[in-house]
Formats: sequence, structure tokens, C-alpha cells
Amino acid sequence: MEGLKQLLSNNVRKFGMIIALIGIALLFQILTDGILLTPLNVTNIIMQNSYIIVLAIGMMLIIITGEIDLSVGSVAAFVGAVAGVLMVTMDFPVFAGILICLAIGAIIGAWQGFWVAYVNIPSFIVTLAGMLIFRGLTLVVLQGQTIAPFPDGFRGLSSAFVPDVFGGEGEIQLFTVVVGIVLSVVYILSELKIRRTDLKYDFKTISFPLFIVKLVLFTIVINLFTYVLAQYEGIPYVLIVLFVLIIGYTFVMNKTVIGRHIYAVGGNANAAQLSGIKTKKMKFWVFVNMGVLAALCGMIFAGRLNAATPQAGNLFELDAIAAAVIGGASFTGGVGTVFGAVIGALVMGVLNNGMSLMGIGIDWQQAIKGLVLLAAVAFDVLNKNK
Amino acid sequence: MSERILEMNSITKTFPGVKALDDVNLDVRKGEIHALIGENGAGKSTLMKVLSGVHPYGTYEGDILFQDNRCEFKNINQSEELGIVIIHQELALIPELSIAENIFLGNEQATKGVINWNKTIIETRALLKKVRLNVDPEEKIKNLGVGQQQLVEIAKALSKKVKLLILDEPTAALNEEDSENLLQLLKEFREQGMTSILISHKLKELLKVSDSITVLRDGQTIRTYRRTEEEVTESMIIKEMVGRDLTELFPDRVYNVKDKVVFEVKDWSAYHPLDVERQILHNVNLHVKEGEIIGIAGLMGAGRTELAMSLFGKSYGKKITGTIIKNGKEVSFKTVDQAIKNGVAYVSENRKEFGLILIDDVKNNLTLANLDRISKHNVLNTSKEVVEAENMKQRMNVKTPSIQQKVVNLSGGNQQKVVLGKWIFTDPDVLILDEPTRGIDVGAKFEIYKIINDLAEKGKSIIMISSELPELVGMCDRIYTLCEGEITGDIAAKDATQETLMTYMTQKGRS
Ligand SMILES: Nc1ncnc2c1ncn2[C@@H]1O[C@H](COP(=O)(O)OP(=O)(O)OP(=O)(O)O)[C@@H](O)[C@H]1O
Ligand SMILES: [Mg+2]
Repeated sequence: MEGLKQLLSNNVRKFGMIIALIGIALLFQILTDGILLTPLNVTNIIMQNSYIIVLAIGMMLIIITGEIDLSVGSVAAFVGAVAGVLMVTMDFPVFAGILICLAIGAIIGAWQGFWVAYVNIPSFIVTLAGMLIFRGLTLVVLQGQTIAPFPDGFRGLSSAFVPDVFGGEGEIQLFTVVVGIVLSVVYILSELKIRRTDLKYDFKTISFPLFIVKLVLFTIVINLFTYVLAQYEGIPYVLIVLFVLIIGYTFVMNKTVIGRHIYAVGGNANAAQLSGIKTKKMKFWVFVNMGVLAALCGMIFAGRLNAATPQAGNLFELDAIAAAVIGGASFTGGVGTVFGAVIGALVMGVLNNGMSLMGIGIDWQQAIKGLVLLAAVAFDVLNKNK
Repeated sequence: MSERILEMNSITKTFPGVKALDDVNLDVRKGEIHALIGENGAGKSTLMKVLSGVHPYGTYEGDILFQDNRCEFKNINQSEELGIVIIHQELALIPELSIAENIFLGNEQATKGVINWNKTIIETRALLKKVRLNVDPEEKIKNLGVGQQQLVEIAKALSKKVKLLILDEPTAALNEEDSENLLQLLKEFREQGMTSILISHKLKELLKVSDSITVLRDGQTIRTYRRTEEEVTESMIIKEMVGRDLTELFPDRVYNVKDKVVFEVKDWSAYHPLDVERQILHNVNLHVKEGEIIGIAGLMGAGRTELAMSLFGKSYGKKITGTIIKNGKEVSFKTVDQAIKNGVAYVSENRKEFGLILIDDVKNNLTLANLDRISKHNVLNTSKEVVEAENMKQRMNVKTPSIQQKVVNLSGGNQQKVVLGKWIFTDPDVLILDEPTRGIDVGAKFEIYKIINDLAEKGKSIIMISSELPELVGMCDRIYTLCEGEITGDIAAKDATQETLMTYMTQKGRS
């Protein structure tokens, strides 16, 4: 009991958001008479929010280094537009088109990173300019028109599902269930391995019963999730993309020298500099990274709409920033986790989806989302001052 | 016996994992200078934060009586209203604002919300006169030296009609002259009836000015000396502080100085980064041998830190010229990274701004400058990191419940040990220490000296910058004196006394 209390109080922030997410989900589950967590709708929530999650991950890194990027929505729109021109108008092969778009994202990121890192212009200004520049260029590229439809291969990125290799014919997609089981096994094995090294080095660990409880809980959550997906069409491709991004970025931030350097730059740039970290280079690359992710976001969105439109990506930057902040980022820099950003994005996503299901108008949705953002940050601040 | 102004009874304060104060009593009499003394992490700053309402009523146990009234401060404003003013260990002035603006910050001289600037300036001038600081009230804080900033803090306190002034290590960053000034000022205030509580690790100055001395150890009151009633000596206090005898100030050293020159600097010049006309360093030449400890002495503004930082990957200055020779080979460090990789480390004098990432934990701070040591192909071995960080924590004797504690929660002295540990972790051949014992208690100083001696014995070369001349004399084999960016002396330890150093430090070579 004592251990559990300790564990909770040490991780209020982390668990706080997960608990909030579960709470919001349950609330809407009741308010929508159980529609929220139907297989169809769960799949929908993932698809609808995938592009915001992609942005939120990049935004989290940006905010950790103490910067901000207001241009991501416009960049996403611009890249979506270019994708349209390449693949629809000019008939480029899908794969080449995607690579070119990612490269364009990187170049845009490098452009903004250059002004921020090497010329020392505040990122707020640079990316505010970027917001206008790339929105304008989107209109130029599209000449004010909407380009549609995209080739099937491209649309698959955001709307197709992994086929059932086991050829399950019934209600349930067998493959998805198997993936769930495999994932749980991998999860349990890796937790055991971590625990073994922790014990070997005599590190602080949670008590064994608590550890078992944790394993069981997470295993249930994983399998419940895949089971729900299996009842609809199974695993969307975009979920795989998200999974790879989340695991990859979490690894980079927690387990690599680069990740440590990014945190250090945001925590105290002077001290980082004097510790041999190339602070400018770090900031530059974090912007390049954001550019690539914004490009990915733009393509997923265009694929989902099956069209490149001039209004795409409108206000995405605010959703991404809100997700990062709800997920524990601080504008003073140096703190935040990739996992937090994902949870933050899901909190916003479930709110959106739940309110839409209830038939609440866009007007009230905006106001309520604003309040939730404020409440999340206030909770954090008050919690810190305790 | 004069009357009592402040009584703190059975104060207990706990932080997660740490009992910072455990049943502490403090009894301060009116019109005295009361010294508060104890090792790093003994709880001095915490006690004063409880007193001034930084830790509000309800977050600690025990009573506070000020002028015989029970006090339950919810914030710092309430204590200031009664005339209790604290000047924190970390100065809290806003660099971009002027002296006058800083002094009256939160207490603006305004009628109906409109600031009366004339009145502000005139009052500031009067206050500055009281602290004998002769600068323009409209000067920005960032243009002042630390000593002057400290005086501005005191002026600010005076503006609040202070009855009890608390100074947390006010002289830690000051040179001797500035310290002397400040203490003199406190004595004058005492004559005018003001009471002060003074925290410091410099025992000599405490003995010079204090009327009473309270010793804290591990969050407990050990005893209070009334100096009118009993004789107190430095060694008595040290013994109470650390709980054992400490007869030597400097540890024994096994000399292992080789003839081989490891690090040599030739004709090193540098200009001010913002004003490229202004030369800060003039043809500096120095060298240090294997296993040797050299010192650099100089007044504030002599260019000691600037010299060290310009050598360390050109972290300071423009138009830098000159050569660095390491192990007989000419090297050039364009970046800090290259300097570190070449076995040079620099421990900054300003741990908060340049040394530590305060919001990060002890472990990550210790390993930051040498992540290569705990990683392979850029992937960290986090288990190894914990083990190594734990070792370093023990070696440096950092007082913290765990290496996962955020550095911001450590006491000042323990933060300093973390910075030092961080650089020893890079395993340098040449270690440049800039004020390595600033804010460190006598016991811990001894430990740090031991570590330095140890490194020297193992063949490392040490360059030590310090404002405390006795420290240089006690530790170094040779001492260079620096005056206005020029080396003015190279003095062997046996010839070095404070007086000779002082002479060279103030003697300009250039005409
Ligand atoms: N906010 C905090 N959270 C957690 N622990 C704290 C906090 N503030 C202080 N401590 C702990 O309380 C103890 C006393 O710290 P304090 O700053 O009072 O020491 P000190 O006597 O002023 O030391 P120094 O001479 O090094 O400044 C230390 O162990 C410190 O780590
Ligand atoms: Mg202190």
C-alpha cells in the first residue's frame, strides 16, 4: 500500500493524464450511450487523430528545446498540395511522391531551423512568418483549387487496413488478435528483463505483487484494444506508422545521446553549451525533424480527405501545441515526454469525437477544449507548487 | 541581557525523502548579528525560508515568535510587512531593469497607480548612499558586479523598513574587499539597532562580526554560543559543525609532480565579445606540469574566468590569438566538445547558469558532459549510467536521498559537488577549476581539496582559480597573478604569501 502511494505520488503527472483520459472516455461512453467505444468508433478516433499525434510528437521535441512552431498546419497543407500536384496532376509513382514530400518537409524545417538556431531569431517570429508563407504557397500551388482524387496506394496510408493473413472469415479479425497477443508477450518479456537488471544493480523497484498487477493491467489493456479493433476491420496501416513513431521517438529521447542533448539544450542552454553539446546544431535538427513530421501529417490528412485542399491543416498547430502541453510539456523547456504528447493528443481527440457524437456544435466544442487545456495546465502548476 | 526579537521553537520541516529540519530552535536577540552556521545541507537556508514565509505556515511544524507575537506567514509579503527581509543565496534581481526599478519592484512609489519616477530615483539615491554604493540609480543591474548587486539587494531590504535582515551567504561570491565592505555595513546597521542573521561558510568573517553563533548539523540545533558570555574559537565551531575534530585546513598531499609540461598556453590574447576594440587578455603565457596544481590569482575583473573560458573551446571572447600546446603538440579547440575530447575540463564559477541543469536530476547532470562513457553507438546504457552516477555521488559525497533527486532541490554546497563530479566524470588530464569551493562548508572543502590532491597524485594537472588567497597558498605549487588581463607574476608556493600575491595582483605590467 505504502509502495503504491509512493508510486502514485511520484508519477502524479504521468498517471494524472492517463487517468484523465480514461475518465473522459468513460464519461463520453455514458453520455453517448456506449457509442464512443464501439469498434467502429474506436477505429475512427485513431484515424481522425493520427495526423495530430504525428504533429504532437514533433511539437513535443520543439517545446522541449524551449522553442515553438506555429507553422506546422501551413506546412502540412503545403506538402499535401505538393503531393496532390505530384501524384494526381503529374502522375508520379506513389512511393517516389511520398519520398519527395518528406524531403520537402525536411527542407522547410531546415529553412526555419536555420533562422532560429543560427541567426537567433525567436522561433515564435520565424514560424509565424512560416505560417503565412506556406499558407500562401499552398494557394499558389493549388491555384485556389482542390485536387482530387489520390491514387489508391496513397490513400491506403491513412484509410486502409492490414488484411487478415489468417483469412479469418467470421466477425473477428484473427490476425489482429494474434498481434495483440504477440505484443503482450513482447511487453511482458521486456518488463521482466528490465526488472532483472534493476534487481541485479539493486535499483529501486516496485514490490513484486505490484509489478504483477502492472503487468496484468497492461496486458489486459493491450488485448482489449486489439480485440476491439478486430471486431471492426482490424489494424489500420496508419496505426502501424504511429506505433513505429512512438516507440522510435521514445527510444531516441530516453535512451540515446541525442535525446539527452535535446533535453539538456532546453533545460539550460548555457550549461549544455559548456558541456560540449552543440546547442545550435541540436535546435536546427529538431526543426528539420518537425518539418518531416509536418509533411507526414500533411500527407496522411490529404489521403484521408482524398483531396488536397487550400484549407487543409487549419489550426493544426494549435491542436499540436495543446496536445504537447496537456501531455506535460513546459514552455520553459527541458521537460516533457513523447508518450505524454500522445496522451495529450488523445485527450483532445476523444473530447472532439465524444462531443461530435453528442451533437454538440463546433462553437461549444472549441470553448470546451479551451477550458480543458487551461484546466490541465492549471492542475500541473498547482500540483508543482504543493 | 538584551531583549529577544525572534524565537523559533521546535521547527520541523520535511521534503519528500529528506528531513531538512528536525526540532530546530533559534533564539535571536534584538540588535545583534546572529551567525547561522553548519555543513552543506544542514538546513540553514531552509530554516530561513521557513522564517520568511517562503515555506508557508502549515508546511512545517513548530512556532515562530517575532517580537513576542506568534507568526503564521502564508507568504513572503506577510513577513516583510513585519520587517523580516531575506536576501537569498541566489540573487534575485532582474538584470534588464535599473537599480531603482529593482529596489522598488513590488513596492512602487506610485500615486493612484502612476509611478512617480522622481521620487523613486531620489529615494534610491538615498538608499544607495546608505549602502555606500556610488552608481547611477538608473544603471541596469546587468552592468553591475556581484559585489555591487549584493549591495543593491541590501538597499532593497532597507527600503522595506527592515527590522530583521537575513543574509544567506552574501559574501560567497565576493572578493575580500567587497566582503569587508559588506560586513562593515552590517556593523553600522547594528549600531542603528537593526538585527541581522548571517549565514556563511567563511568562519573568519563570522567570528569577526557576530554576537551569537548557532550551529546546525543534519537539521538539528547543536548549540548557540553567546560571545559576550563565552570564548569561541574557529576550531570549536568546526568541531560542532562536522561532529569531529578537523585540525588541518588542507589535507596532506603525496607530491608527484613530473617535469613533463602537459598544458602550455602561449601569447594568448582575446577581445571582448561585444566590443571587439576592447582587449581583455594580453599575451598570456602559462604552463602546468603533470601532477602539478597551479593557481591563478586576480581581482574581480582581472580576466581569470575569461581566460579559462577562452581556453575552453573558445567559449568566451572574439579575435582569439595564441597557441595551446598539449603534451608537446599544438592543439586548437574550436568547440567545447573538442576541448573535452582532448582531456580538458572547466568547472564554471557560476553553477546555476553555466554548470547545471537545475530541473534535471543528479544522475543526468553528472553524466551529461561525457555521455560517451556510458553509451555505445549513441545508445545509452542506462544501467551502467546509474551505477556510474551512484559511484560519483559517493565519491563526491553528495548529500541527497537519491540520484534521481532534481538538482534544484539540493543545498547550494551539494550542487557545487555535483558540478565538480560532472567534470571529474569526463576524466580530464587538465582540470580548470573556477572558484571550486564557493559556498562549500569547511568539512566539504577539505574533502574537495583531497579530491584535487588525489587527481594531482594520479598525474592530472590542475589549474585553480580562486578569490580566496589562503586557499591558493595552501593548495598550489605555483601561483600566477593576473592583473587586467596580463600575467604579472609566477610565484612558487614557498614564496607565496597573501601580501606578495596582493602586490602582484594590483601591479600593472603595461605602462
Ligand atoms: N525544495 C526542496 N525539496 C527537496 N529537498 C530540499 C528542498 N530544499 C531543500 N532540500 C533539502 O533539505 C536539506 C537542507 O537544505 P538547505 O538548503 O537548507 O541546506 P543549507 O544548510 O542551506 O546548505 P548550503 O550551505 O549548502 O547552502 C538538503 O538536504 C536539501 O537537499
Ligand atoms: Mg543554503
